[in-house]
Amino acid sequence: MSTTLSPSQTSLKNAEPTSNPFGEFLQETGALARRLFIQLQRRPSTLAAGIIQPLMWLILFGALFQNAPAGLFGNDISYGKFIGAGIIVFTAFGGALNAGLPVMFDREFGFLNRLLVAPLASRYSIVAASAIFIATLSLIQTAAIVVMSAFLGAGLPGIPGLAVMTFIVLLLVLGVTALSLGLAFSLPGHIELIAVIFVTNLPLLFASTALVPLSFMPGWLQWVASLNPLSYAIEPIRYIYLHQDWSLASVVMQAPFGEVTMGAALAVLIGFALVSLLLIQPRLRRSLA
Amino acid sequence: MAPAVLIEHLKKSYGTVEAVKDVSLQVESGEIFGLLGPNGAGKTTTLRCLCTLTEPDAGAIEVSGVSAIDNPRLARQKLGYVAQEVAIDKVLTGRELLQLQAALYHLPRAFAKERIDSMLKLLALQDYADKKSGTYSGGLKKRLDLAAGLLHQPDVLVLDEPTVGLDIESRSAVWDFLRQIKAQGTTVLLTSHYLEEIDILADRVAIIDRGKVIACGTPSELKDKVGGDRITLRIREFAPVEEAEKARSVLQDLPAVQEVIINSAQGNSLNLVVSPQSNALSAVQQALQAAGLPTFGIAQARPSLDDVYLAATGRTLLDAEIAAASTRDEKKERKQNMR
Repeated sequence: MSTTLSPSQTSLKNAEPTSNPFGEFLQETGALARRLFIQLQRRPSTLAAGIIQPLMWLILFGALFQNAPAGLFGNDISYGKFIGAGIIVFTAFGGALNAGLPVMFDREFGFLNRLLVAPLASRYSIVAASAIFIATLSLIQTAAIVVMSAFLGAGLPGIPGLAVMTFIVLLLVLGVTALSLGLAFSLPGHIELIAVIFVTNLPLLFASTALVPLSFMPGWLQWVASLNPLSYAIEPIRYIYLHQDWSLASVVMQAPFGEVTMGAALAVLIGFALVSLLLIQPRLRRSLA
Repeated sequence: MAPAVLIEHLKKSYGTVEAVKDVSLQVESGEIFGLLGPNGAGKTTTLRCLCTLTEPDAGAIEVSGVSAIDNPRLARQKLGYVAQEVAIDKVLTGRELLQLQAALYHLPRAFAKERIDSMLKLLALQDYADKKSGTYSGGLKKRLDLAAGLLHQPDVLVLDEPTVGLDIESRSAVWDFLRQIKAQGTTVLLTSHYLEEIDILADRVAIIDRGKVIACGTPSELKDKVGGDRITLRIREFAPVEEAEKARSVLQDLPAVQEVIINSAQGNSLNLVVSPQSNALSAVQQALQAAGLPTFGIAQARPSLDDVYLAATGRTLLDAEIAAASTRDEKKERKQNMR
């Protein structure tokens, strides 16, 4: 190993700092997001697994209930057609729920200190970079599921439908990513974070309308499922898949407390994302002030 | 001109543990300042407070006149921090890490490119710049970390135990590098629990023990203050106690000799404190000869920083290290350092 240090050739004068906080925020966020994408590019197995897994769900779940009596899931639709929306939402949810893990590892390995001693315009750039990364992944996964569903005969929603689906996935990812990062900054270590993810992930899936319609469930579970934010993402997407003519006024869910329209479901999701961001703010401020 | 770093009456506790009780120090612009002390003395906590990673319970911290507590962002801009544990992303290449670092400090793109190239060259990292940093040796990782800390041309480079775990070659490369950047006008503040490192590098040193500064000055000032030269004497390789006692009573009466201690841990060798610049060495040898005692080995030396530490605390740095090692809770400290 060569350990002789050559003397400095250039003595550069201090660079003029740009006095544009928003430009600085973009620069930070871009660089932090770039790091996540470089990691993904060099470790593509996570992306491959992230695409294969929901496709397996789609095929296996569809096959599992293939012989269920017609009409069981309402409106003469097959289970394969029914399950697509659930898998899209569940996949995006799972990805966003794991968003805190890399941040937790950065904390544990001291890499986060590198960011915290830097004069960041706002430490929310760390949150923004994670959200951009997870949202991109989720949209790639969603696209794969939509294409596969089309192959399996579930049909393909029109452009407006796809746009609303994208919007729903982004809202869900934003809210859940925020919560996950909040956990990553609050919990003592990755073991605890993984434990929380573990006990949250599947129960929230089963307590939603991802796998079966609300009408299938006992009364108490109907209440739980119709209070679960995941249902408010699943039902509009499912409605778009099952109906050519949908509008914001379409009733997408018959909750025990009343009818939920497409517009109401979107409002709930927007509220969920905002509440999540606000909820973690004190925690982020303490860690990221 | 404001000092490069000014810390006044810093206090920080973690639960019931007072990591820093009262630390005040002033680092002048352009000097290498060493913070010497055993593990657990409060060095890292002091640096973490300085670098805005930890909020102090009390005290003032200024970097080139800017309060790190009231105006942390500006203070961060003036500081470069190289933590003890090398924090690199092993999936990124060295160049990519520096690019990220440049963006975090908002360097303009063209300037950053030029600066990254010159830092890679300065630290002889060009051949490794485009390899994943996970493949680097410990010395290379440290050099990359140094390049990152210095990339934005901070006024003060702060290093926590910069050579812990490095091989001798890498260690002296780090020392050379720190001297070089000092020559270019960068102020350097480093912690170490290696006496020789501070002795070789630091213009001035603060010795810190159990959360307090117990001595501060240039290394030679501190040594002069302790006073006296040190003579280490071995009558035999392993002398019997009686013989050592006899030698002590003979030597104690010599005018140049101030103190004689028998070191039972070192085969009953004798540690003498003698008047500096005296002919004590030959006087000791003559006295031993006259008493009919042999001499296995004898050496005279100026007091070391360890003697300074010993005089102030009543224990050697090594003893303090061993004592600290048994009381520390590494897991707990790891949690403290997580944010």
